[in-house]
Amino acid sequence: MSKKLLLEKAHVENIRLYDVYRREGGYRSVEKALKTMSPEAIVEEVKKSGLRGRGGAGFPAGMKWSFIAKPEGVPRHLVVNADESEPGTFKDRYLMEFLPHLLLEGMIVSSFALGSNVSYIYIRGEYAWITDILEQAIDEAKANGWLGKNILGSGFDCEIYVQRGAGAYICGEETALIESLEGKRGNPRIKPPFPAVQGLWKRPTVVNNVETITAVVPIINDGGDEYAKIGVGKSTGTKLISACGNINKPGVYEIDMTISVEEFIYSDEWCGGIANGKKLKACIPGGSSVPILPANLLLKTAKGETRLMNYESLADGGFATGSMMGSGGFIVLDEDQCIVKNTFTLARFYRHESCGQCSPCREGTGWMEKILWSIETGKGKKSDIDLLWDIQRKIEGNTICPLGDAAAWPVAAAIRHFRDEFEWHVDNPQESQIRNFGLAHYADEIHIPA
Amino acid sequence: MSDLLKITIDNITVEVPAGTTILNAARQIGGEVAPPAMCYYSKLADSGGKCRTCLVEVSKGSEKDPRPMPKLVASCRTTVMDGMEVKNITSPKVIDARNGVVEFLLINHPLDCPVCDQAGECDLQDLGYNHGKEGTRYEFKRRTFHKVDLGDYIQLHMTRCIMCFRCVFVADQLTEKREHGILDRGDHAQIATLIEKNLHNDFIGNVIDVCPVGALTDKTFRFKNRVWFTKPVDAHRNCSNPKCCGEAQLWMRGDEVFRVTARKDEWGEVKEASNGKTGWICNTCRFETKKAIDWTIEGPSVVNRHSVISQGHYVGVIKPTETFNAVMKGRDPKLLMDIHDESEVNKPNIDLSVLDRPAHSTDFN
Ligand SMILES: Cc1cc2nc3c(=O)[nH]c(=O)nc-3n(C[C@H](O)[C@H](O)[C@H](O)COP(=O)(O)O)c2cc1C
Ligand code: SF4
Ligand code: SF4
Ligand code: FES
Repeated sequence: MSKKLLLEKAHVENIRLYDVYRREGGYRSVEKALKTMSPEAIVEEVKKSGLRGRGGAGFPAGMKWSFIAKPEGVPRHLVVNADESEPGTFKDRYLMEFLPHLLLEGMIVSSFALGSNVSYIYIRGEYAWITDILEQAIDEAKANGWLGKNILGSGFDCEIYVQRGAGAYICGEETALIESLEGKRGNPRIKPPFPAVQGLWKRPTVVNNVETITAVVPIINDGGDEYAKIGVGKSTGTKLISACGNINKPGVYEIDMTISVEEFIYSDEWCGGIANGKKLKACIPGGSSVPILPANLLLKTAKGETRLMNYESLADGGFATGSMMGSGGFIVLDEDQCIVKNTFTLARFYRHESCGQCSPCREGTGWMEKILWSIETGKGKKSDIDLLWDIQRKIEGNTICPLGDAAAWPVAAAIRHFRDEFEWHVDNPQESQIRNFGLAHYADEIHIPA
Repeated sequence: MSDLLKITIDNITVEVPAGTTILNAARQIGGEVAPPAMCYYSKLADSGGKCRTCLVEVSKGSEKDPRPMPKLVASCRTTVMDGMEVKNITSPKVIDARNGVVEFLLINHPLDCPVCDQAGECDLQDLGYNHGKEGTRYEFKRRTFHKVDLGDYIQLHMTRCIMCFRCVFVADQLTEKREHGILDRGDHAQIATLIEKNLHNDFIGNVIDVCPVGALTDKTFRFKNRVWFTKPVDAHRNCSNPKCCGEAQLWMRGDEVFRVTARKDEWGEVKEASNGKTGWICNTCRFETKKAIDWTIEGPSVVNRHSVISQGHYVGVIKPTETFNAVMKGRDPKLLMDIHDESEVNKPNIDLSVLDRPAHSTDFN
């Protein structure tokens, strides 16, 4: 049983309510921070903890905080990114639904560290009921003096507002989120300037994921050094993984990042193995944007080492033979899943969610979707596979925001690792309509594509 | 001067003031070194960054931090650092990416140039010729929209739009109140007024001038002529609208004014007017002042752009100096016609080369 920092109290009855949360030791970190620490000391603690952003990019949180500009007389803001719309990712939802006060607690400490007197939670529109939960928690926190003016007599004022999005994945991109929060169309901004210099209302702003901010609570309670002791290398602390797909026990799990992928999939403590006694074919280990890996490369790296559930190990081998930790959306595919269909589904998602500002993403995502649909429905040509490769190559890196890359990577990885399956679809247009390609050699001993 | 920054683009070094973008520095050098720009418009704040045709490779970030930038950057939105080194046409990566962008812009474009009023002065045509490939790899139905009349003067042909956002910036920055914008997202995004509605503002006509393609066209000119048949002249009038610069370009045939536009510079953007105002013109000048006597004509316009509108138009025209005979390597032009005798397609008794009119089908067998 690995150590739980965030979800430890998730199953305490009525932990959602303030009284229970406080009785269980809640808001201690706010007392400690506001009474005994300076904002700089908190940033230092977060730096020491090695905490990396949990929203997908894994950028060190303490470093991000230290970048925030501090011009005289200009307010600063903390914005919590609760837009969680990446297919396969549903960990923030769980945190906010069961432990709303943990998020508020983390936000108050973080707001103090960053000097933000007005902080926001930007939540995806579909999480309507969670908005209510959060707003109720804010009311309770306010009534008990954790929010408002002069918190704990420290002279620090803080208000938290919840803003609902309207259901666009792109509003999870931090600058699109800021635009949307300002009441505009959620188009990503062209960077620079970065939000740390000019964010919300042109003021210095830090955008962090829900899980990142909640992790600040144990870091302040136990100290950054303690937090850094958990995990390995640059993957410190615990990470929430939302596991789904063809597994026996889908759900949100808190892991310390030392366990192997194999253990995570097959152990009864976590996913409990592949459902219905089937075999593992492939897995998208970090949310829909990260490269898909065939079973053999998922469990072991190309060097033959056991792959672990952490930032470095999942990325081992680069995109040629590795993937990414991403946002922790762990999607498992069994032997009955069709990679072409899966890739088409993802392409359709990105086509639908592109904001349409820049030409490669706007036009390229639609084109890829159409080609994948013709391959999937048995109308594809061999040359379509190379064409897909060329299109994704011309989108990647050439767009305003990373959604372009996120749309390109899944297609690239699918072709890189499962080219035979695409070719089989093209060569067997009729058969591919009635049966799947199956496991093929993907579960064989390491097969490194040329 | 010490506050000038040095930047080297395609091995040519220029000095520019701090805050200059790579694109504008490259425009100082001019020619091929200036990246093509489909969405950036120097007179519109916040424009640029969207079309990605102006991508360049930064091979050296600056004197202080010489690391190259990991990705290609949009030159229209990246500012120059001292000692920066940039590759535009000397970078195969840039050429390849630009090729991709042109292809992306064209897959859903109708390519109805033969019936499009913008043809001849269209940035997308120029871009396609300069950076595109012939033929298409796109085998699906193209995205289409219905044409929409935005009032008496402007027609929106959304199918041709490349989503450069320029018209939105014009409405934001030049008019009192923006009445159109972008609806929807991704490849179904469109320029629209939500509920079909007219655009009223007295400066809205400028959207036609900034539109790089034929998505926004002048209804008072639609299908009246092809731009290359008209002769552009510079003219001015005493416009009572204080914001209007009153200096325009009339596109004439004989005495007839077919269309009035703002004056454009070599990058296809409206020019500064002589009174220091940016060269935007009001709707009255553009749409309602279409008689030559309403204007003081200054003389023929200087059109120094590559497109066909500069054909035969006074500047940079290279007239051939060789004789016909020299070009034909001493052969008689008449011989060209004689082939018809050989193949017996024409009536043997007619020498096509001596007809004083174009040959007609009845002249053939
Ligand atoms: C298209 C797109 C969608 C994103 N969606 C989310 C999201 O739903 N939640 C999130 O926390 N970060 C999301 N991100 C990442 C954010 O831009 C940003 O990096 C993150 O909120 C930073 O927080 P962190 O440093 O705590 O990870 C998204 C990024 C992109 C490009
Ligand atoms: S990459 Fe896609 S989502 Fe991002 S700004 Fe460009 S069009 Fe919009
Ligand atoms: S209508 Fe023209 S100016 Fe407006 S966004 Fe489209 S292409 Fe650009
Ligand atoms: S001109 Fe630079 S991106 Fe369009």
